[in-house]
Amino acid sequence: MPNLTEPVPGEAAPLRVVVDLNRCQGYAQCCYAAPGVFDVRGHEILFYDPAPARARRGEIERAVQACPVRAISLQADRGDTP
Amino acid sequence: MSAAQAAGIVVVGASLAGLRGAEALRRAGYGGRLTIVGDEPHRPYDRPPLSKHVLSGELAPNATELPELVALDADWRLGHAAVALDRAARTIRLRDGTDLAYERLLIATGAQARPWPDAAGGGLANIFTLRGRDDAARLRTALAETPRRVLIVGAGLIGCEAVSCCRDLGLPVTLVDPNPTPLARSLGTWVGGVITECLKEAGATFHAGAQVLRFEGDASGRVVRAHLADGRAVEADLVIVALGATRATDWLSGAGLMADAGGVTCDGACRVLGADGTPCPDIYAAGDVARWPNPLYGGRLMSVEHWGNAVAQAEHAARNMLAPAEAQQAYRHLPAFWSSQFGINIKAVGLTEGADTVAIVQGSRASRRFLAVYGRAGRSIAAVSFDQARWLPAYAEAITGGQAFPPIRDASDQGAFTPMAPGFPPPRAASTHIEARHG
Repeated sequence: MPNLTEPVPGEAAPLRVVVDLNRCQGYAQCCYAAPGVFDVRGHEILFYDPAPARARRGEIERAVQACPVRAISLQADRGDTP
Repeated sequence: MSAAQAAGIVVVGASLAGLRGAEALRRAGYGGRLTIVGDEPHRPYDRPPLSKHVLSGELAPNATELPELVALDADWRLGHAAVALDRAARTIRLRDGTDLAYERLLIATGAQARPWPDAAGGGLANIFTLRGRDDAARLRTALAETPRRVLIVGAGLIGCEAVSCCRDLGLPVTLVDPNPTPLARSLGTWVGGVITECLKEAGATFHAGAQVLRFEGDASGRVVRAHLADGRAVEADLVIVALGATRATDWLSGAGLMADAGGVTCDGACRVLGADGTPCPDIYAAGDVARWPNPLYGGRLMSVEHWGNAVAQAEHAARNMLAPAEAQQAYRHLPAFWSSQFGINIKAVGLTEGADTVAIVQGSRASRRFLAVYGRAGRSIAAVSFDQARWLPAYAEAITGGQAFPPIRDASDQGAFTPMAPGFPPPRAASTHIEARHG
């Protein structure tokens, strides 16, 4: 299987995403907004990449907005992470 | 400004509860000094993926760092374990000997994996526990070296998730547990039996009702087999010990608090109790380490070792930390957890402890897609979903309200209910409080 998030030297720090899987009801809207970052496996297991590349920010922001149960959190872009 | 006020708020524990607590302090307008102490060198990370996608190799161990949802402007003391608390001096002693002053303190030190005793072979190489990110990284590296057989001791959530991952990796696996089925303590043997079928289908060997006595190593000190209480031996060159966790309270042993391996006892507002039972107005606790009287359960003391409680209790404790004594709010919580294993999404709400009946109210056990409700003395106390998660919110509400068992009878696709015995194993030892745990 591919290693989605192995850090690449010299590359900008990835985004930080977490999903409240107690809250998630498997509506899968995130999978349409950011395919590959979010993926439903089996009937209703949500797999997601917690550290996607920065280039995906727009798609992930749309996933956050599309989630009917507001289960997705994305770290704001502040550039202050030490 | 006094020295203590300049010291501000200190959060001990840099995991999910510590992070969300710190964020809640800032969100509530706390603008003073904020220090976060963590024993690991890492920024707060999420644990649930460790026993799933990190073991499978799909996510790197460092991928699970948690997002910071508000700007914390915190002083991070990572890689510095707290080793003692001096309440009179209002200081925390760190392992390097530094004393850190606090004005208010949030204890969120969580729990640590229960290790295998050294006297029974626990010191051999290739025996792992799985709790932290470094544990997961080491275990992942060892799994990638294709062991001949993996032995997993303990069929709780973590043990079962590890079996599922190892089978996905094509590794031969043996699972040993003293109970008749996996997840027997959390779900009972009737529902747990579904996982027995999954194990069989996945090609894992399950020794139910069995107990590992000791591990044996080769000349190089690497584990080669386990000896069971019934005389059998299991050949295995990699072992995962998944026997739950004990609360990280050692550092509080001399602090004059009500603290032991089961947690640190708090009042309803998450204020830690002194040994005399008086709440400390300046010390709060949240997450796995906190044991508190939950109003939802008639004020019974409980500690809840689940993700949702870490978030909710830390946020609650943080709000109370900033509120005056007369405005402290009691923390009320319905426990909930999720797991994914063998391709099934398992989710639960409530506490199954003490259930005298269980019934499938949606779907069927045979299809492995169902919602099971647990009852005690005619009331609904918990619900467990196997790939039927959309029903859970309605059941969570019914359980919170203490509705009759079963609470919902008129859904269009419900059949007849057949109440069954849930099949919980006898309690391990006399216990005065509830521990909702991954065991």
